Amino acid sequence: MGNDTVLVLVVITALAFDFTNGFHDTGNAMATSIATGALPPRVAVALSGLLNFIGAFLSLAVAATIASGLVNSADVTLQVVAAGLAGGIIWNLLTWLFGIPSSSSHALIGGVIGATIAAAGGSAVQWHGLTQKVIIPAVLSPVIAALVAAAGTWLLYRISRSLTAGARGHGFRIGQIGSACMVSLAHGTNDAQKTMGVITLALIANGSIAAGSTAPTWVIVCCAIAISAGTYVGGWRVIRTLGKGLVEIESPQGMAAESSSAAIILLSSSFGYSLSTTHVATGSIIGTGLGKKGAEVRWGVAGRMASAWVFTLPSAGLVGAAAYGIAHGVGGTFGVILVLVVLAALCGLIYWRSRDTKVDHQNVNAEWQGSLAPAETPEPAAA
Amino acid sequence: MWINLSALWKIVVYGLIAGAGLPAIFALGLYSLSRGPKTARLAGAGADTDSDVLVGGSVIGMIIAAILFLVVLAAIGWGVYEVYQIGHPAPAKH
Repeated sequence: MGNDTVLVLVVITALAFDFTNGFHDTGNAMATSIATGALPPRVAVALSGLLNFIGAFLSLAVAATIASGLVNSADVTLQVVAAGLAGGIIWNLLTWLFGIPSSSSHALIGGVIGATIAAAGGSAVQWHGLTQKVIIPAVLSPVIAALVAAAGTWLLYRISRSLTAGARGHGFRIGQIGSACMVSLAHGTNDAQKTMGVITLALIANGSIAAGSTAPTWVIVCCAIAISAGTYVGGWRVIRTLGKGLVEIESPQGMAAESSSAAIILLSSSFGYSLSTTHVATGSIIGTGLGKKGAEVRWGVAGRMASAWVFTLPSAGLVGAAAYGIAHGVGGTFGVILVLVVLAALCGLIYWRSRDTKVDHQNVNAEWQGSLAPAETPEPAAA
Repeated sequence: MWINLSALWKIVVYGLIAGAGLPAIFALGLYSLSRGPKTARLAGAGADTDSDVLVGGSVIGMIIAAILFLVVLAAIGWGVYEVYQIGHPAPAKH
């Protein structure tokens, strides 16, 4: 039985998620280039937006995983999808507020799984598909990324050791433009796909298309636009944490980190693995810290991120389940609308709260002083 | 099987080749580009190490660098094409 009003609301909510995904993840591609000065901040995010758009069309494998590989589409109703989205968005925004580069992918998947379990019990979840295509890649990908980035960093410094520091910085800054572009492209292939998968799942749940269908073209186009728009708006807070808070990096490290991220994400997308691009980017950045003698890795920040990651799937799941509880308890179309209204209110609240500690293109590169928002510039000393 | 081992080793191996190998080729290109009279002066003791002159001026160096950069671009192009191919499987024929 279909309910097209609810479907439209769900699609709009999904595109809103894609938008938050875009600005949450801009940092993965561009943080290192912005931190080393390779690209001016606003050029970086504009370029990233364009490439995400292109990447969204490049591979359909991940959308297929989300639409049919994780939950039994027969057990999924529109209420479930709406609640799952709500869970994912709220988690995404909370971590954004605190500048923690957490995984939008896991927020979304967690939300949908939580809502599905609340609706139809654990048997509705395809645990094998979830483990093989989401959980195992989530655990292994940052490790592989760190390995590849460490190897790359070591190679780059070794090969360029006869160059002066200035020449090396200059040369690799140019290289970083290329590698950052590749990361944005890779991000499009993996992350835009997720939302396409969810919308396709919603369409299947509503009966608008047959089970097992691939994503319709209009879905692909809308998701591509949403993610690139979100990217352009830019997630300055996360960019700041990744670029300055984790490791102080030079251009060769930046290029090594980005190349590693891009390669791992593209390869995994082709296998249909829904990765966390955030996890991969972080693993790469830590790997470059390990690959260069004397580089300092701020393990405290890394630890904070790791714990946020472990909690993401279950937390988003709980919010998704709670949202489902509300939608189902109130019942029908009104239930779904209620959940979406609450979601919108929470978004407004979080955004309003974030204005206190504003990070934007002007202060994103300020010295890291132990917390996300840079301190106010002191008054100049009297002459 | 909980872990797809064949996919895993492919990601590690191709990841290393593309993620570490291609930047290394780029670095070789930079090295090649930096060979030449303009930068040779910088290598000695007491040299001006604040300079950020990259291009050394050696013609062979520049040619080799150009070839290496083209190799990197070609490899990226091929890789992206491959991802496109895998991601858009031809519809099954009945």
